[in-house]
Amino acid sequence: MVNAWTEATIVAVVAGVVGFFTVLRGSAFVAHAVPNGAFAGAVGASLLSISTLIGLGAFALFGALTIGVLGRRGRHDVVTALALVFMLGLGALFLGFTVEYASEIYSLLFGEVLGISSTELAPTAGLAVVCILAIVVLYRPLMLSSVLPEAGEARGVSAFRMELCFLVVVALATTMTVPVVGTLLIFSLMIGAPAAARSFTDRPLPAIALSVTIALMIVWVAIAVSYTTNYPVGFFVGMTSALSYALGRGWAAWRRSRSARLGRPVPEVLSGT
Amino acid sequence: MNRFLAPVFAPGFFESSTVHTALIVGTLVAIVAGTVGVFTVLRGQSFAGEALGDIGTTGGSGAFLVGVGLLWGFLIFSIAAAAAMELIGIQRPRGRDLATGIVLGAALGLAALFLYFDTTTTGATITILFGSLSALASSTIPLVILLSAIVLGIAATLYRPLLLGSVSAELAAARGIPVRAVGALYLLALAIAVALASQSIGTILSTALVVGPAAAALRLTRRPVTAILTAVLIGIGATWLGIVLAYDSYSWPPVGHGWSVSFFVVTIVFVAYLLSGVPRQWRTRGRERAAGGAGSTIGEPRAARER
Repeated sequence: MVNAWTEATIVAVVAGVVGFFTVLRGSAFVAHAVPNGAFAGAVGASLLSISTLIGLGAFALFGALTIGVLGRRGRHDVVTALALVFMLGLGALFLGFTVEYASEIYSLLFGEVLGISSTELAPTAGLAVVCILAIVVLYRPLMLSSVLPEAGEARGVSAFRMELCFLVVVALATTMTVPVVGTLLIFSLMIGAPAAARSFTDRPLPAIALSVTIALMIVWVAIAVSYTTNYPVGFFVGMTSALSYALGRGWAAWRRSRSARLGRPVPEVLSGT
Repeated sequence: MNRFLAPVFAPGFFESSTVHTALIVGTLVAIVAGTVGVFTVLRGQSFAGEALGDIGTTGGSGAFLVGVGLLWGFLIFSIAAAAAMELIGIQRPRGRDLATGIVLGAALGLAALFLYFDTTTTGATITILFGSLSALASSTIPLVILLSAIVLGIAATLYRPLLLGSVSAELAAARGIPVRAVGALYLLALAIAVALASQSIGTILSTALVVGPAAAALRLTRRPVTAILTAVLIGIGATWLGIVLAYDSYSWPPVGHGWSVSFFVVTIVFVAYLLSGVPRQWRTRGRERAAGGAGSTIGEPRAARER
């Protein structure tokens, strides 16, 4: 249980930070595609009986680089969709060969944080540190290139290179988060929390902090409820993050109507989305 | 004749009723998916297609629990999700991915719960997620035909406004087209098409049939009708070839495991997309050579490529 808490906490911090940039860049689809495609890697790894993390990492990186490179020439969303389904197709093939039980496939897809052992914590923590460090180092150029790609280019920040760096960070985050929330649900943690956070503030650092806080609350609540009810963690993660987004939207709508009543100008961030 | 065909079609291929059902459903699905797919690609809504497919997982697993046909589950949940996305704000390009993502996340959470109940009794997960064109009951054919007719009907009726709205929403609005209503109806057609594709190659692979052939076709031609026809042909080709190869693969290693139909279909579609970029590269290269190799800046402007 302590392992599950530690693991989920690490995952939530990384998902909150990386997710902020995902939402800022409008890369929700990529954040969905990379972990999902990495599922095939996990199945392939079990076929070769090597560590799941290696399979996940290899496929996540492969997928991220494919999307980055092909996305340069074609339509970005199309390339993402196709790279994703191609990897999933490989996953379908591997699944036909494995002798895994359905329950193990299920835990890959939807996560099984309660079954985490203490030996699995070290690689997760290592990858988390790498992810956070990468974001800290890239913070300024990544921010510039996400918000104003043209201004970034003018200052010598290549949008393409930043995109690749960002995709690699997403791939790393994927590799470490999959064992906890599963390939299908990482994404609701990476989107729900930061999207909710952006309804409350538009300044980057407070938004990141808030996003991490919300992600932490989501996983903690999910684990606690899942522990007592015995229902899957993924269900509660998915539901809580959608709920937090709904609350964020509700708050933004309330603020907007109040500003309108008091005759104040509507803050920029609230009028958008 | 048979001697030439024997290496391609394993014995018993044409007699198998499973293959017949798979071919009929697969062809209908390819036609519907290719048609809707062209608009999906033009509108840049691949993510919505992908999400609606994934959400079908929830419907499929729910249907499994209740004990009704999978297709009904796919349909009900895809349509409900399309409605939810429309309400949250899929019509604004900026909030679109986010709206899609939030609905998708919630639905997948629900799928986790349903499949959790399912896995305790059956191995439903893999059938729902990765499809089973080879395990389709022939009784689903009438429903598939009816749904295909509905989608093609919507596409034919909305053809002009939809096309205009896909290319430029402002222009369509200026001409008095109810852009939002057209978008909502299109989303309904997409939801049904994705449900059909889920029946064919599985919920999380369904995008391959919707987006893949259409994207390849749109790289080959700019004319919408030609693109739709090309997309349908690529889709049918991939489905048929996939079925044939999967049937043959029972004699391939590892013995005793047939290769999944879905794997072949998806791979063929992916290869078709990669190949479809080749003619344009040739053209660009030819033009560069004609211009005396003056740099590689010729081609679409960056903004056009991004969109």
